[in-house]
Amino acid sequence: MNVSEKAEEILESLWIATEEEGDNAAHFERLGVQEGDEALDELKRLAWVEVKNERVYLRPEGRDEARMTVRRHRLAERLMMDVLDLKGADGDARACEFEHLLHRGVDTKLCTLLNHPTTCPHGKPIPPGTCCEQARREGATGVVALTELKAGEQGEIAYLSTGNEKKMQKLMSMGVLPGNEIVLTRTFPSYVFKVGYSEFAVDVDLAKEIFIRRQN
Amino acid sequence: MKCCAAEKELTTEQAQKRIYLVGNPNVGKSVLFNALTGAYTTVSNYPGTSVEVFRGSCEIHGVRYEVLDTPGMYSLLPITEEERVARDMLLSEPPDLVLHVIDARNIERMLPMTLQLIEAGLPVVLVVNILDEAERLGLRFDLHVLEEKLGIPVVGAAVRRRRGLKEIRAAIVGFDPDERAVFSYAADLEKDISRIASCLTADYGIDARAIALLLMQRDEQLTDLVRGREGDQFAAVEAAINEIAFDRRVDLHLRISLERKRVCKGVLEGVIRQDGQKAFDWSGRLSDLTMNPWTGIPILLLVLYFGLYHFVGNFGAGTVVDFLEAGLFEEYINPWFIEMCRNWLPWNWLFELLAGEYGIFTLGVRYAVAIVLPIVGTFFVAFSLIEDSGYFPRLAMLVDRVFKQIGLNGRAVIPIVLGFGCDTMATIVTRTLETRRERFIATLLLALAIPCSAQLGVILGLLSAVPGALLVWGGTMVGLFLFIGFLSARLMPGEKPMFYMEIPPLRLPQPRNVIVKTLTRMQWYFLEIFPLFIIASVLLVIGKLTGALDALVRGLRPVMELLGLPAEAAAAFIFGFFRRDFGAAGLYDLQTGGLLSPVQLTVAAVTLTLFVPCVAQFLIMKKERGWKASLGIFLVVTLLAFGVGFSLNRLLLAVGVLA
Repeated sequence: MNVSEKAEEILESLWIATEEEGDNAAHFERLGVQEGDEALDELKRLAWVEVKNERVYLRPEGRDEARMTVRRHRLAERLMMDVLDLKGADGDARACEFEHLLHRGVDTKLCTLLNHPTTCPHGKPIPPGTCCEQARREGATGVVALTELKAGEQGEIAYLSTGNEKKMQKLMSMGVLPGNEIVLTRTFPSYVFKVGYSEFAVDVDLAKEIFIRRQN
Repeated sequence: MKCCAAEKELTTEQAQKRIYLVGNPNVGKSVLFNALTGAYTTVSNYPGTSVEVFRGSCEIHGVRYEVLDTPGMYSLLPITEEERVARDMLLSEPPDLVLHVIDARNIERMLPMTLQLIEAGLPVVLVVNILDEAERLGLRFDLHVLEEKLGIPVVGAAVRRRRGLKEIRAAIVGFDPDERAVFSYAADLEKDISRIASCLTADYGIDARAIALLLMQRDEQLTDLVRGREGDQFAAVEAAINEIAFDRRVDLHLRISLERKRVCKGVLEGVIRQDGQKAFDWSGRLSDLTMNPWTGIPILLLVLYFGLYHFVGNFGAGTVVDFLEAGLFEEYINPWFIEMCRNWLPWNWLFELLAGEYGIFTLGVRYAVAIVLPIVGTFFVAFSLIEDSGYFPRLAMLVDRVFKQIGLNGRAVIPIVLGFGCDTMATIVTRTLETRRERFIATLLLALAIPCSAQLGVILGLLSAVPGALLVWGGTMVGLFLFIGFLSARLMPGEKPMFYMEIPPLRLPQPRNVIVKTLTRMQWYFLEIFPLFIIASVLLVIGKLTGALDALVRGLRPVMELLGLPAEAAAAFIFGFFRRDFGAAGLYDLQTGGLLSPVQLTVAAVTLTLFVPCVAQFLIMKKERGWKASLGIFLVVTLLAFGVGFSLNRLLLAVGVLA
């Protein structure tokens, strides 16, 4: 069931106001709407929201859709910042445009590509979708940065993310190559890991660039 | 006869062949170098210490070889200054033989560089070193299979245990330069390589395929070289490179590395077996303890307590100095020498110069031999022991976080710790740091807050008489070190440092290595620093005779008053510039004369430690960092020293501590 973009924005703000900020409803002013607003009427027709005294209430029927709207928005943010490297206001603006394209399973694909992120770049939670729950049930860990591993854990190097060529060369010359086994032995005060029989210490900045496929 | 002699000379002339030792840091290149040449060199466990290139020579079966130890490198595509030096050597002075030394335990990781050397068309002999430790891990090697597959001579060795040296020599003598190995990458990569290689027309000393690969990877230095050699042809080369670089923009470096890994995997099939039991890994356990902050910091304190305080402080600066200085020089040598000069020298100025208060012999030589030598000597022994055990990289990872706050990375512990021995030498070693910013900050901190062993010895002795003074002094030094480091990290522009370091296994130090390292450093110290003692003496004598010294001391008196110090302290500061320890020793005289209160003593010790480095350090600073930077550091350090002294005096008097 697709609604207009404006209606999606309303649902999103409504979800944040009620679910995350604990309010029971959101005022017209906050949602940027007035009586007789087309998008608002659309939501009222669907019985997803109710309006009393210029305050909009989210009805149980609309909860699911509101939740997924927020999810799509935050997934879009993650895509902009992590993958496309669009940060700041520019990234936010693009995410707002992009979220409306994430229908019919595109969000699931994107979520899997991003390895089921749980928070947006601003630290707000991303409501999990069915794909996240399924991945959790199957125990799939996917690919994570070396910094996410605990001391003693091991895995296979999946890829190096660094945009800095010198860093990349340094890592590769230390034997940090996709396909090699890596054992993290220590995370503090520096990251210490073994590749083959050699041991290396790197700082957080370098450890963040190494992505690992966990092994259980 | 004559004819024969001439002929022989000719053949030795021609037979001077050049051998390069090449390989990663920590694989035993330097040990092999020593074993082959028997020359003194710095053998190091700390990646990157051997920035300088060591040359030596050896004779095998009547043939003379020049042997060069190149700085450690991970790949032919250089990143650090050291790697650039090593690569340049290979390119600019083509070797007759390259000994590629690798660590048997990490053969899989190091073999890709062997491929690069082979692909460059260099005459390579592979030395699979550290076999003993690999065997202890249960690894077994079939090096004949490896030799056959690689197509170059392969020798197994454990150079530290002098195993395989005979075979290495035999491989050097028996090397057949006409035998060349070849291997190839995936077809698409090969196509690109030969496309660039076919555009190259000049002669580069190494194979065009290797040049092509490096060009593809955008090696700037090499691109410049090729631009120069190719002239008008370069446009075609550049066009080919640009096109290929664009086509492969996504993963070129990775692709090449993975291709090499694939080739190596094939080569190593049937070469390594894992069997036998692993021996109990005591060094692994100990290694874990040194890297865990909860146990590592206590271990560090133990090392400092026994290594620095007891061995250098008590034994070196105490027992040995007492014996040499008070016993030998004061009792026997100096009285005898002064007596002799008095009897035989008719001119007063010459007497003053040789045997007077600041005389070359009575002051310069006595200080150098009886005070500084034992202290610096014991420090270098302790330092070399710690270095050879492989402890420093662990220390580096332990302090990296703190050092990042002061604009350095963990790597910088080496020069900083060395500074406690000799700041001058440490200033030279700052070369191993990667960015200019780090080198500058390290130089500044060495000049300011790190007392050298000679100074440390006297100051510790001086302050231990007053309870609490040592604490105030130590606290001020640590505080200022961190504060100034923190400030300069904020103020200095430049790249943020990045920390990565190989952690070699902990090993029992080998006596031979420790001796060689210590002797090399002592030799350096004597050649570089001893003359400065003499110069300092001469300057002091001239100053005394002309009255310039008195004028300077008088000029400094108002400053002393500001610090709340007696006027006599001025002399200690003036001497302090000639040798940091002269100054400390000058304070010692004042203290024994009962001229200093506890507060004055503490203020004087703090100011003196912070005060301008000795002449030698200043000259080295100028050489390493240039006039502008070194004069800047000089000014900042002087201002800080007196500023801090002034404030500390006020503070201590106001609070009433130590009074």
